[in-house]
Amino acid sequence: MAQTLYEKVWRSHVVTEPQGEAPLIYVDRHLVHEVTSPQAFSGLKAAGRKLRAPEKTFATMDHNTSTQSASLDALSPMARIQVETLASNCDEFGVRLYDIHHPNQGIVHVMGPELGITLPGTVIVCGDSHTATHGAFGALAFGIGTSEVEHVMATQTLRQLKAKTMKIEVRGQVAAGITAKDIILAIIGKTGMDGGTGHVVEFCGQAIRDLSMEGRMTVCNMAIEMGAKAGMVAPDETTFAYLKGREFAPQGDDWEQAVAAWKQLRSDEGAVYDAEIVLDAADIAPQLTWGTNPGQVVGIDQCVPNPANESNDTLRDSMTKALAYIGLEADTPMTEVSINKVFIGSCTNSRIEDLRSAAEQAKGRKVADGVTALVVPGSGQVKLQAEAEGLDQIFIEAGFEWRLPGCSMCLAMNDDRLEEGDRCASTSNRNFEGRQGRGSCTHLVSPAMAAAAAIAGRFVDIRKPY
Amino acid sequence: MQPFIAHTGLAVAINTANIDTDQIIPKQFLSKVTRDGFGVHLFHDWRYLDDDGDQVNPEFVMNQPRYQSATILIAEENFGCGSSREHAPWALQDYGLKVIIAPSFADIFYGNSINNGLLPVKLSHEQVQQIIAEIESEIGAQVSVDLENLKVISPSGATFDFTIAESARKNLLKGLDAIGLTLSFDQNISGYEAAIPAWRR
Repeated sequence: MAQTLYEKVWRSHVVTEPQGEAPLIYVDRHLVHEVTSPQAFSGLKAAGRKLRAPEKTFATMDHNTSTQSASLDALSPMARIQVETLASNCDEFGVRLYDIHHPNQGIVHVMGPELGITLPGTVIVCGDSHTATHGAFGALAFGIGTSEVEHVMATQTLRQLKAKTMKIEVRGQVAAGITAKDIILAIIGKTGMDGGTGHVVEFCGQAIRDLSMEGRMTVCNMAIEMGAKAGMVAPDETTFAYLKGREFAPQGDDWEQAVAAWKQLRSDEGAVYDAEIVLDAADIAPQLTWGTNPGQVVGIDQCVPNPANESNDTLRDSMTKALAYIGLEADTPMTEVSINKVFIGSCTNSRIEDLRSAAEQAKGRKVADGVTALVVPGSGQVKLQAEAEGLDQIFIEAGFEWRLPGCSMCLAMNDDRLEEGDRCASTSNRNFEGRQGRGSCTHLVSPAMAAAAAIAGRFVDIRKPY
Repeated sequence: MQPFIAHTGLAVAINTANIDTDQIIPKQFLSKVTRDGFGVHLFHDWRYLDDDGDQVNPEFVMNQPRYQSATILIAEENFGCGSSREHAPWALQDYGLKVIIAPSFADIFYGNSINNGLLPVKLSHEQVQQIIAEIESEIGAQVSVDLENLKVISPSGATFDFTIAESARKNLLKGLDAIGLTLSFDQNISGYEAAIPAWRR
């Protein structure tokens, strides 16, 4: 029977399907960070258990770390305990750790792919919802809770019921200046923030195929923002070229065998999905969110929507509540919305291509008066590469702050956070109430749109002179 | 994990869709390295007027005297969306909640709840609205949830059936140690590992 990409990866990972129980699936790679792991390690200790496969487990410090100083002294007392706890747990259980002093340290979903830990046809999990990122390689990758982190540590497997399948096809080519972020925001605008619940989404179509690996990661990263369990893109020559020679990618004969296996990882002709959605790439304008969830999004050439025009009660209530929080009037053109903070970073948009795209807007210009703008590279490697290309100098000369790698203001667990009343153009993934700081407002945009907003002090249509 | 068989208790409703895990337990409380003590921070930004949590927000429904000691929370669609933080079910449980009733749940939250013995119950939007109307019209109104027979009984006695995966129901009823259960399949796992192709080892 014709199978989808997801079904192929799923089937190749079923260890056993005990009668009346959820199937056990094998986990090839387990990524770990400081926030969602301490209770899992404690659970192992309490039960006297060990890691089944420490060599398949990779840890980094990213959520709590300072972007101003690579020193433990820069952390709050509780954050410091959490970071130190990860270090001692990794030491005790034999887990490879990229700590804040390691040159490859970075956001878990930036670091994993760039080290070649992420491979097509693997199952990858992490106690973090944006694990969906790794699906860009044709891996089945999804976020798990801490109890499941402990389960994976002890057994290298997970109990999982099979998800439903959804195909999202983006037909044709995008217009000039339209990025992966605009594509995924447009998709979420169409499905709503829970349109993918219970599904694994396969992104396909020319506009997806045309994306670089970094662009595909941005798309899959936000699959969770439409509620999907995971997002996937079938691997192709772009994928193989990206992976070849990376530290943990297969080498020699193993590489040849891997590529041969990876070439089979595509949905068969006639494979049936539980749901299908089609978008026309040419219709996608630069996107930005106006509300308090990622599905509340419009093109830059549009206005803040009016709840009075929404017929669905639940959606209308949600829109009214969002407008009350975000402090915008219905029918205001998005280009009239001013901002005072800009954040360029996060596991969605902190890779080298993102920084190049932002720097292109910033070059030779100045951040507007009254605007504070941060650029936070996703990893030590990204930071080094950006500095080699002189991007850091472009940002600094334009008045942006150039920081150290980490999750930073995406979730504001460290000291990079918005104040009450701040309005931020952010390249991150969630615009929930208070996400970047209590009483603050977040608008999700691409790196180019964020940099342009920093220059103009308001949102601008980057397709036109501003 | 404690078994969950049935529960009857005071119910409180937050009549809102898309309640995300950032609202359930904001990030500034995720730095703890233990599983306990999160209940005091549950819904922090809605529950308190200040960052320190000293000033209670009297407008927030869970702060009303009539809903103190609630053990069942009722909400609208897509409850628990966003971050995978298991601190969300830990906070809900530590506060004293045992059941969450909503028309739909985000996948990761749903699984995390079951893994902690916090029962997520899916009813239709109309059924949820009927129960909310009933609990708001009668102080002290109680709701019953029976996992053995998959039924919810509203304060007026209306009975609603619900579904949950049989594997999840069984684990909740028995309060099973999931890891212990999986380790009984150790031979299957070893067998699987021996057959993994070299590139995926």
